[in-house]
Amino acid sequence: MAKMRGAVVVDVERCKGCELCIVNCPQNVLANIAAQVNSKGYPYVYMKNPGDCTGCTNCAVVCPDGVLTVYRVKE
Amino acid sequence: MGELKLMKGNEAIAEAAIRAGVDAYFGYPITPQSEIMEYLASEQPEKRTGMVLLQAESEVAAINMVYGAASTGKKAMTSSSSPGISLKMEGISYLAGAELPCLIVNVVRGGPGLGTIQPSQADYFQAVKGGGHGDYRLIVLAPASVQEMADFVGLGFDLAFKYRNPVMILSDGVIGQMMEKVEFGEQQPRRTKFDEPWMLTGKTPDRPHRIVTSLDLEAVQMEKHNLDLQAKYKTIRENEVRFEEIACDDADYIMVAYGSSARICQKTVKLARESGHKLGLLRPITLYPFPSERISQLADKVKGFLSVEMSSGQMVEDVMLAVNGKVKVGHYGRYGGVIHSPEQVLCGFEEFLSK
Amino acid sequence: MELKDIIKPENLVYKRTECLTDKVLSYCPGCGHGTAHRLVMETIEELGIQSETIGVASVGCSVLSYDFMDVDMTGAAHGRATAVATGIKRCNPEKYVFTYQGDGDLAAIGTAETIHACNRGENITIIFINNGIYGMTGGQMAPTTLLGMKSSTTPYGRESALMGNPIKITELVAQLPGTYFVTRQSVHTPANVRKAKKAIMKAFDNQKLKKGLSFVEIVSNCNSGWKMTPVTANKWMEDNMFPFYPLGDIKVDGELVKK
Repeated sequence: MAKMRGAVVVDVERCKGCELCIVNCPQNVLANIAAQVNSKGYPYVYMKNPGDCTGCTNCAVVCPDGVLTVYRVKE
Repeated sequence: MGELKLMKGNEAIAEAAIRAGVDAYFGYPITPQSEIMEYLASEQPEKRTGMVLLQAESEVAAINMVYGAASTGKKAMTSSSSPGISLKMEGISYLAGAELPCLIVNVVRGGPGLGTIQPSQADYFQAVKGGGHGDYRLIVLAPASVQEMADFVGLGFDLAFKYRNPVMILSDGVIGQMMEKVEFGEQQPRRTKFDEPWMLTGKTPDRPHRIVTSLDLEAVQMEKHNLDLQAKYKTIRENEVRFEEIACDDADYIMVAYGSSARICQKTVKLARESGHKLGLLRPITLYPFPSERISQLADKVKGFLSVEMSSGQMVEDVMLAVNGKVKVGHYGRYGGVIHSPEQVLCGFEEFLSK
Repeated sequence: MELKDIIKPENLVYKRTECLTDKVLSYCPGCGHGTAHRLVMETIEELGIQSETIGVASVGCSVLSYDFMDVDMTGAAHGRATAVATGIKRCNPEKYVFTYQGDGDLAAIGTAETIHACNRGENITIIFINNGIYGMTGGQMAPTTLLGMKSSTTPYGRESALMGNPIKITELVAQLPGTYFVTRQSVHTPANVRKAKKAIMKAFDNQKLKKGLSFVEIVSNCNSGWKMTPVTANKWMEDNMFPFYPLGDIKVDGELVKK
């Protein structure tokens, strides 16, 4: 079975660091970036383990702020 | 010559609304104006013109239905009487703030509180000074006949759309309930083009989405909105004052009276002249804008003004402001649902003279 | 495979709907309002009805929803959204009309307007966000605040003898003959978001049938008002809100499916 590979693009300025995407990611791909904030002062999410992303879109679906764009390919 | 009918003032408003091509009426029953909605219901305006008629669950809901319909550029109206108009005041303030055109009819009854179902003119302050919260004005028309009840529906909507402002017809139980001959014009078509940039018609790709609101959280922006409103009200004051003068040319004293009180005062003018008083009558047709300038001019040549209202003295304050101390100003009126007679007004005038 | 090889237009599987404006949402981090906004706008995009839709914003946290939703909208006075929507829909029956209201707006100050619009069977869609608190004014008790729940006006917890009981307005409107579809959803997990989306889609699609009103409650969090992090608020919501406000359809195609 072909493995799905995904990628998440973060709109950093929209992110409020609420972590809902982080806890809803089945692959533990996402994390809030350490010691950095966006222009509004929020920490923001990034792909900590990009190799594990399957592009399932759960993170984007649950994100209240429309921060995430998701891409997916069959490897 | 249009069509002649014998009708109550309330019925005349309803018939005129259908003929003016009004899109929607939203109301709630209250004496002494329930005939407006009853007449509309019996006429089935949805069949005559496609006009929407809906009895709402409250005056509050009715005025907000007007707000919704007006947001889309429709000609929408409501009617009520004093306690019901108080309930509508929230919505009226929002309509004024969002600059939406509409027509509100107040067939005034005695107050305060539940008051009485008899006629009164005690809602003058509420109508012309704003009434709800915030710095706003309504255009206020005061019919003195069943004919004017009918005519002011079309005029009211013309002014409402010209200035994007709510218009109120401030009538009372006398004009609403009495029957008179009334002439109606031809049926006007309902509006079909909704092409003004404030009307909510659905966002198309060629334009940004439209928002109808009275809210702006930026104080400076809200001040600008208020300044724009005040500029609009100034234009209205400069262009829309309407009044009628009766026997003012040679008058020593002038009564100022509107609506049913003005009709009573016409008889008082006759009685006064029979007893040797040169008494005239100025009848404001628009209460906002008020004929202040004309009253100020007349104050240069008469000895005094008597404001005759079925209230404890409300319009008299605007007369005083217009006269600005040049001559004496008094008030006469029965109120709380009591209607003064021409003879009582004459007595009131003679007492005013002796002061 | 490198990320840059994945991030290509042909591989796109999810992006923010273009029926939302570019403005950054004014809501607190993790607030369900943002997700609910997005679902309504995704629905409008997918049904292709942006040019035929008129929305009604209410008073509360979502008072500025018209800044974010890229459709023609009007802002109603507190509680009056369904009356405003009635006026719009009656005069424009060909348009899709929806209200977006919170629990204070819809179930306290606007109860009469809500009940009667539902009872008349206005062909509109009501999106009702229930987070059990007044968010915008600073966390006061709402009609939907649970018994024992703390708010700034019930600092020792809501007590029924003193402050009455939380109101299940959704079950209430389901009893009225004018409602055609009544459901309660949430947007705190991906699975719930997908279910809520289906419900909202149905609620808009129903307007074509002219069979009555569609009412979608979304039980949501208020992290700031509840004084919790977004993640713990969602857990608290599952443990406390859902037992009292159970998720699922209540009335489908005009028939009660849950008592």
